[in-house]
Amino acid sequence: MSKLVTDPNIPDHDGFYSELIALHEGRSKAESDAINAKLILLLANHIGDRAILSEAFAHAGKDQQS
Amino acid sequence: MLDDRYDLAFRLYPYARSADQDAPAPVRHPVVIVGGGPIGMSMALDLAEQGVASVILDDHEGVGAGSRAICFAKRALEIADRHGFGVAAHEKGVVWNLGKVFHGDKLAYEFNLLPEEGHKFPAFINLQQPYFEKFAVERIRELQAAGAEIDIRGKNRVDSIEQLDGGVRLNIMTPEGPYQIDADWLIACDGAGSPTRKMLGLDFDGRVFQDSFLIADVRMTADFPVERRFWFDPPFKSGASALLHKQPDDVWRIDFQIGWDVDRQEELKEANIRARVDQMLGPDIKYDIVWSSIYTFQCRRMKKFRHDRVIFAGDSAHQVSPFGARGANSGVQDVDNLGWKLALVMKGAAGEALLDSYEMERMYAADENILNSTRATDFITPKSEVSQIFRNAVLELAKDHAFARPLVNSGRLSLPSIYDGSELNSEDGLRASGFDAPLRTRPGAPATDAPLADGWLLEKLGGRFQILAIGVAAPDPIAFDGGVAEPLAIQVSAEIQARYLGDAPSAVYLLRPDQHIAARWATYEPAAVKAALHRALGK
Ligand SMILES: Cc1cc2nc3c(=O)[nH]c(=O)nc-3n(C[C@H](O)[C@H](O)[C@H](O)COP(=O)(O)OP(=O)(O)OC[C@H]3O[C@@H](n4cnc5c(N)ncnc54)[C@H](O)[C@@H]3O)c2cc1C
Repeated sequence: MSKLVTDPNIPDHDGFYSELIALHEGRSKAESDAINAKLILLLANHIGDRAILSEAFAHAGKDQQS
Repeated sequence: MLDDRYDLAFRLYPYARSADQDAPAPVRHPVVIVGGGPIGMSMALDLAEQGVASVILDDHEGVGAGSRAICFAKRALEIADRHGFGVAAHEKGVVWNLGKVFHGDKLAYEFNLLPEEGHKFPAFINLQQPYFEKFAVERIRELQAAGAEIDIRGKNRVDSIEQLDGGVRLNIMTPEGPYQIDADWLIACDGAGSPTRKMLGLDFDGRVFQDSFLIADVRMTADFPVERRFWFDPPFKSGASALLHKQPDDVWRIDFQIGWDVDRQEELKEANIRARVDQMLGPDIKYDIVWSSIYTFQCRRMKKFRHDRVIFAGDSAHQVSPFGARGANSGVQDVDNLGWKLALVMKGAAGEALLDSYEMERMYAADENILNSTRATDFITPKSEVSQIFRNAVLELAKDHAFARPLVNSGRLSLPSIYDGSELNSEDGLRASGFDAPLRTRPGAPATDAPLADGWLLEKLGGRFQILAIGVAAPDPIAFDGGVAEPLAIQVSAEIQARYLGDAPSAVYLLRPDQHIAARWATYEPAAVKAALHRALGK
């Protein structure tokens, strides 16, 4: 059974992060939320594996205060 | 009229009248350095190594109090060693390897600089900037005693300059009134606020971060570990982020991120600083506040570092936020890059193209430093709600998941630039011959240190062009207009194999006077070395 990769897996991680933040530059909060939603859907489709997605949902939802 | 703008830590060069002040006409000097900070002093030492005399003008009589820079990187220490005070800095400094990043009271990320064995200097030391500057001045005094022409003039403030044909005229103010001198070359090491830059009406564009940091150095005998501790949203609530890092003399650097709209005077009152520090350290720890200041941070650089006969180096040319310790560390590398080039141009042995390469190589380095410092500052001071949300998500995930830890960015520590693509480089003959040679010593990279039977490799390199012969007989010296490339043959050891050969049985390296690698080959071919030398001279 495949498993969610939680070890570092993105080359040039600082470049990736700054591109991600730049995607939101100059956007309102509502626009950013919409962008994030689309991003999740796009990446989820790319992953395509239901078990992995469920695992990611569980990690993301864990201990979320507020 | 000539009031100090800051208090002194060490009064090292009291004002003394110069004969130039009584000369009937402006006296001309080959090189005048404006500003005697760490970069100006290092510049004079680098030029002295090349046999070039210089005059340093500083508007104070010594080193400013307040440590500012504390983290000095291996490459800066190696350069300082060539300048003759690296060992003094290392001996006084505190060596550290471990960094811990907390989110609230939980450890989010930990790094270990894990220094590789077999180097003269550690990856990092902490040392108050005034010590670094003091050691540089002490070294200048030694060289002066041995006859070097370095003239430090305290309380000499440069008020205006005029660009002459083939030189610069300076108008200088002293406690005894104004005078003028002329310079063939002026090197502006007058800091981020560079009056020289302003006199020439030059740009200094980039980003100002909308936050401020209260920085306090406190003296206490605490047994906290010698590690860099950084908090995002610290549990003690003294700031949006906080830092604790040890320096020599039982002094600790403390930073608090206190927001953009602050009343500076109010925040700098001792009682208010103590309130924040007490919250951090707890009520039982006694300490003295040695120095405090409030900074806003910016990342910016000049569009060009050379304007005819005026050359900018250090903070005057580029400024970064301190996350990553890339300020003084990169300025020292500017000096390292510029000294030999200027000396060859002054001798007429190289053309201005060699000075253009200073600008190209060091602008490339500045951009790298600005990129890294900007990303760290963006992570520490997120500028929108969404980037704050992402930042906190990374910190939350980092506690459980390895993948998020490298994304946590409280500063990417200064590493020397590798001048990939520089016009002074020749092709990597070693890899072109099919060997899996180490990339860390490719053309453009600074030479990596290694132990030799009688000392360290880097102790034997620098100040002149050299042909390093590894596992092959030393070739003859190669003379060129303006100098000689000298051979240096070394034995193959495990370190030399790993750092310089890879799977090759032997190699020949051409090294520049700043210890950067210009070219390398598997075997010695005089014609190839001559061509690479020609290229490294900017021809
Ligand atoms: C809080 C803080 C922490 C830092 N931490 C680090 C760190 O850990 N590591 C690191 O590498 N860097 C660090 N830096 C950056 C470092 O302090 C600077 O990069 C360094 O001081 C630059 O040196 P400089 O010689 O170019 O300029 P400066 O140190 O600013 O020196 C300029 C000199 O020029 C003189 N001068 C100015 N105008 C005139 C004039 N008109 N005539 C004559 N003289 C003049 C000044 O008096 C001064 O002596 C930090 C900076 C800050 C603010």
